[in-house]
Order: sequence, then structure tokens, then C-alpha cells
Amino acid sequence: MMNFKTRKIASKVCRGLYLAAILLFLYLPILTLMVLSFNDGKTMTKWMGFSFRWYEEMLGNKVIMDALINTLTIAFWAAAIATVIGLLACIGMNSMKEKSRLMIMGLNNIPLLNADIVTGISIMLMFVVCGISLNYGTVLFSHITFCIPYVILSVMPKFKQLQNSTYEAALDLGASPAYAFFKVVLPDIMPGVLSGFLLSFTMSVDDFVITHFTRGAGINTLSTLIYSQVKVGIRPTLYALSTVIFLLVLIILVIVNILSSRKNR
Amino acid sequence: MNRNIKRIFSGPFLAFILCGTIIPMVVIAFYGLTDRSGAFTVDNIFAIVTGDHPQALGLSLLLAFISTIICLIIAFPLGLILKDSNLGKKGFMIFVFILPMWMNFLLRTMAWQVLLERNGVINLILKSLELPLLDIINTPTAVVLGMVYDYLPFMVLPIYNAMIKIDNSLIEAAYDLGASKATVLKRIIVPLSVPGIVSGITMVFVPSLTTFAISTMLGGGKVNLIGNIIEQEFTVSSNWNLGAGLSLVMMVFIVISMIMIEKFDREGEGNML
Repeated sequence: MMNFKTRKIASKVCRGLYLAAILLFLYLPILTLMVLSFNDGKTMTKWMGFSFRWYEEMLGNKVIMDALINTLTIAFWAAAIATVIGLLACIGMNSMKEKSRLMIMGLNNIPLLNADIVTGISIMLMFVVCGISLNYGTVLFSHITFCIPYVILSVMPKFKQLQNSTYEAALDLGASPAYAFFKVVLPDIMPGVLSGFLLSFTMSVDDFVITHFTRGAGINTLSTLIYSQVKVGIRPTLYALSTVIFLLVLIILVIVNILSSRKNR
Repeated sequence: MNRNIKRIFSGPFLAFILCGTIIPMVVIAFYGLTDRSGAFTVDNIFAIVTGDHPQALGLSLLLAFISTIICLIIAFPLGLILKDSNLGKKGFMIFVFILPMWMNFLLRTMAWQVLLERNGVINLILKSLELPLLDIINTPTAVVLGMVYDYLPFMVLPIYNAMIKIDNSLIEAAYDLGASKATVLKRIIVPLSVPGIVSGITMVFVPSLTTFAISTMLGGGKVNLIGNIIEQEFTVSSNWNLGAGLSLVMMVFIVISMIMIEKFDREGEGNML
């Protein structure tokens, strides 16, 4: 009996250590950047005292702020447009025959499974062939393209769970199709629509490779800016930027998680 | 509403599939199969076996393979522990393990550069403890480390999603019938996790195989992967036809992984969402 008990405790300790080791691996690099971002000195070799110097420099840096604004506006518009197009697509696809729907869903998977480098290069080449110069718009277009599949994959399952009879009942009771859609169908699929939007937004913020190829010379998002700066040499303003981004992501995800777990209850 | 009218709603989406996926694919295939003057050639495809390209492809395949295996080795036990454990709320635990995924991957890669540099944080600590220094920056080892760090959540999430769906009564029944832990693992948990494992493998392997950012940042220009070569054809040497041709070769591997997903994950069980 004793043996069994000690073995159980030992296995529990092992599991705990394993989880702790992975957490350390995942978070130690991020924490290091956070600590360094408060170092007053320029090098990481010496701790020169606590300061917000790099945060001030970051906020005063026009290049970083422009890139931040580009990143957020592109992500917002890409996610919003992709959500509308994806939602409309799901409505349309539900009235299609099984065969054509499956074919479209297969095409929908291509940007998801394709390597970013191929997607980015192929879209860039298309713009070049069409004689369209690369700018903000081409980046937005490519982001919409890779966001739509995420919206469709989040919304489509909600449509499948939907009971068609409630929509038909609304029609029988004299509701117009649009009214019935907004009052009956939309509330039911709303969680899928929202998660599609959020997923698109984060994917767009996180994207580097596709932006790298489809941006023109004048446009920077945070990703492309970081890439070009890291090549030259890392400045502590980037540590400050990482800290801010990590905390923002943490706050947003915690809020989303709390909201969704409340709804599920 | 009339079915035909409803179908029109798919119009904008189909237009985006056409302009954002199909036409670009046709264009890249056209570039890959022609030379600068526009004449048909297969040289750009077969360029994969000339110069330093085979070496770069081999190294990319090797590093992608190693990092995929490491991710799998880390993620599978993690999934098991998270499934079994009653550590608070399960949703919260998995959240903690995939949270870094949402942070910009260039910043995460940069963090490892800061840690691994010759005068980096790890070496500072080792120096103060008078231990031998770690000299792996600008080597393939550092690149593999970066790949594992960046893509581990892509392995954890689908495996966890597949495992959490396994009915616990199935496992209990096996134990009641006298199965050992190893048998349960081999006969129940592994087979039922296969969709998640396959999905995880492709989600780690494809980006690792085609990356150029990680190898640039942690390889310091000394680790030349096939992604770096393709990227340089577009940004530095501007031989777009060659870059497109090599991209077409990469697509072979992507198609293989698509087929694998199709085969093992018909229900979309290991899906990220």
C-alpha cells in the first residue's frame, strides 16, 4: 500500500516538474526581455538601474509608432472585411449542393495549409504582373485573403449546429428573410463570428512573411520593422515594445477567455 | 429566400479565392516555368539540384524534421498530463501553454538571440558561475531551438484537442479489463490522438521547412535554408523566375502534407479552432 502511495506521489512530482520545465522554456525568454526593457543602460551586460527610458524613446519614435498604427489598422480592416465576406460566404454555401460546397471548402484550405512564403510571393507576383504597385492596399488585400479561411472555419460549424426550423418558423410568422436572419440566425452564430474576427485580427498582427513580400518600400508593420532592425542590431526600444505587446496580448486574451467562459455557463 | 439569390452571397468570397489564391498560383507557376525572356523552361525547377540548393534543401528538411520530432516529444506527454490532471481549470492550463503563440514570433525569436549571443544573458550567467560558455548562436542548433520555441504551441494545441475528446470511460473500461498503462497508451490513447498528431506535425513541419526569418536571426547568415535562398532571389539577386521555380518545388512538400491531413484527419478533429 505504502509503495503504491509513494509511487503516486513520485509520478505527481514528475508531472509537476515536467510542466514547470516547459513553462520555464516558454516564458523565460519573454521575461528576460521584460527585465532588460527597464534597464537604464544600453547594453544588457550591466544593470544600470531601473528606468522607463526605453519606453519614452519608443513612444517618441515615429517609425515605431507609424508601424504600430499600420499594424493595427491593417489588422482591424482585414479582420472586419474578412468577417463580412466569410459570413456571407457561409450563408451562400449552405444553399449550395454538397459537391460544390466541398470543393469550395477545399479551395478555402489552400491559404491555410500553404507555406506563407509561397502565398506571399505568389500574391506579390500577381500584383507585379497586373502592374499594381505595392503599397498599403496590397498588404491589406493579402491579409484579407489569408484571414477569410479562419472566419469560414469558425462560422461554418455554427451554421451546422443551427436548427433550420427556427428560421423557417420566423418566416412563417411573417418575418422578412433579412429580419429573420438578424433576429434568429445571427444571435446563434455570433460566437463563431466573433472568434473568427479575433482570430483574423491576431493572425494579421502576427504575420510577417506575407507582409514582407506584399508591402512596398514605404510601408512598415511592426513585424517588418522588427525584422529590419534586428538585422542591424537590437536596440532596447524593441525590448520595451515586446513587453508592451506581451502585456496587451495577455490582457486581451484574459478578457476574451473570461467572457467566453461566462457565456458558456 | 430563393436559393439562387442566397448563393450570390458567396460571390465576394469566390472572387477572393480567384484573385487571392488561384490567379497568384497560376502566376507563380508561370514565372517558375519560364525564363526572363518569357520562354518556357524547366531549368528553374531543376535548379533545386544545382549549386548550393540541394545542400540548403537537405539542411532545411533535416532541421524541420528534428524540430518537428522535438516538438512531438515535448507535446505528447504534455497533452497526456493536461488531460489527466485536475490542475484548476483545464481551459486555463492549456491557455498558459499556448499564450506565447499570440505574441509576435519575430519578437520571440529575438528573445532567443538576446539569450544566446556570445555576450548574451545565458553566457553572462554561465560566466558568473565560472561554467564553460555556450556557443551555439549562428549554428543550426540555435535555429532548431528557435523553431521549437516558435512552433511548439502549434503541436500542443491539436494534440491536446484530440486527446481531450477521448472518452475517459473507454480508458477506464480498458483498465477494468486488465490492461496495463502501456497497453492503454498504445491501444487507445495513441490511435485516438493520431488526427491531432498529424495535424501538429504538418503545422510545425511546413513553417519550419520554409522559414527564412528564424534562420536569418539565429543563424546569423551562416545557416542557409531553402527559404533564405528563395527570399534572396526576390530581394537581393532579383531572379524572380528562379525564386518562383524553387517555390514550386517547396509546394510539393506542402501538397504531401495536405494529402496526409486529408487521409488522417477527415473529420477535422485535430483542427486548430
